Amino acid sequence: MWVYEKKLQYPVKVTSCNPTLAKYLIEQYGGSDGELAAALRYLNQRYTIPDKVIGLLTDIGTEEFAHLEMIATMIYKLTKDATPEQLKEAGIADHYVNHDSALFYHNAAGVPFTASYIAAKGDPIADLYEDIAAEEKARATYQWIINMSDDPDLNDSLRFLREREIIHSQRFREAVEILKEERDRKIFF
Amino acid sequence: MNSKNTNQKSYVPYHSPYDPCPPIGKKFYSTPPNLYMGFQPYNLPQYSPKEALMKGTLWPAFYDYYENPYEKRR
Amino acid sequence: MQQTLPEEFYQWMEELQAVDFVLVELTLYLDTHPQDQTAIQQFNQFAQQRKHIKKAIESKYGPLQQYGNSYSGMPWNWSDGPWPWQL
Ligand SMILES: [Fe+2]
Repeated sequence: MWVYEKKLQYPVKVTSCNPTLAKYLIEQYGGSDGELAAALRYLNQRYTIPDKVIGLLTDIGTEEFAHLEMIATMIYKLTKDATPEQLKEAGIADHYVNHDSALFYHNAAGVPFTASYIAAKGDPIADLYEDIAAEEKARATYQWIINMSDDPDLNDSLRFLREREIIHSQRFREAVEILKEERDRKIFF
Repeated sequence: MNSKNTNQKSYVPYHSPYDPCPPIGKKFYSTPPNLYMGFQPYNLPQYSPKEALMKGTLWPAFYDYYENPYEKRR
Repeated sequence: MQQTLPEEFYQWMEELQAVDFVLVELTLYLDTHPQDQTAIQQFNQFAQQRKHIKKAIESKYGPLQQYGNSYSGMPWNWSDGPWPWQL
């Protein structure tokens, strides 16, 4: 089971009241390479992968939920006090007419989340390569969002999340090495 | 890790005389440290806990600061 | 109405976030380096440190976790805000 902790993984701060940024951030909430997709992808793969890497998939999958909460926090803070008029100016009137300021799992273009974002081939190498690619795609998405954002505090949190993708990619690459090698892992050093 | 590895690369896309927008010049892409590390060795130098949190990694060898590379051209 | 938390709470929270972050990093590292004794020792040290910080925060600001991983105050204070995203 999972145990919630009343704590963000990283202290999220947002400087400016700029609901437009929420429109971009939702890509990492309900988009194809977002945190929800990441969490569900890794946790789902655990059931059909060698024991050696189940721990890693569990732990990275769990961390992704912490990232999802960070993204939700950013969106929440950027939109909570915005009037309908402000949301309209920010270009999120189309979200507003369906959801008010409620969060919803869709991407920046409004496409709802779908399970087809999550690959599960049942082949350990194929699945881990998928995970590596997912991490690099998430890293790139954070870069594009940072390129669009001029909020220094928000960018600080986004840099944290981008760096996490680098580490996750590293660990998945190591997981591939572990599955490739038959010898004891000690020999790597 | 090879210290000669830079974490950002660029290329210049072909610009046709019939392309309507002025050329962007360089296009950038990231090549972060995880691409060069291989299997992480034991005992890499670490950040302090506070600094690690701020940087998003415990190990300086993985740290890759990112900012909009196109900003300066505006 | 929710109370606004003092600056001290934010400092404690960052203390916990820093220690927990080291634990996250070491967890993922040890998942692929299960034989690294130095890292395991460091992990256990930090695990102990986080217990102390958790206890200090909870004694003043209420439970951080549920399902019996934290003690409750009187009355039940789990649902007292502000919640992490509201801070
Ligand atoms: Fe990730």
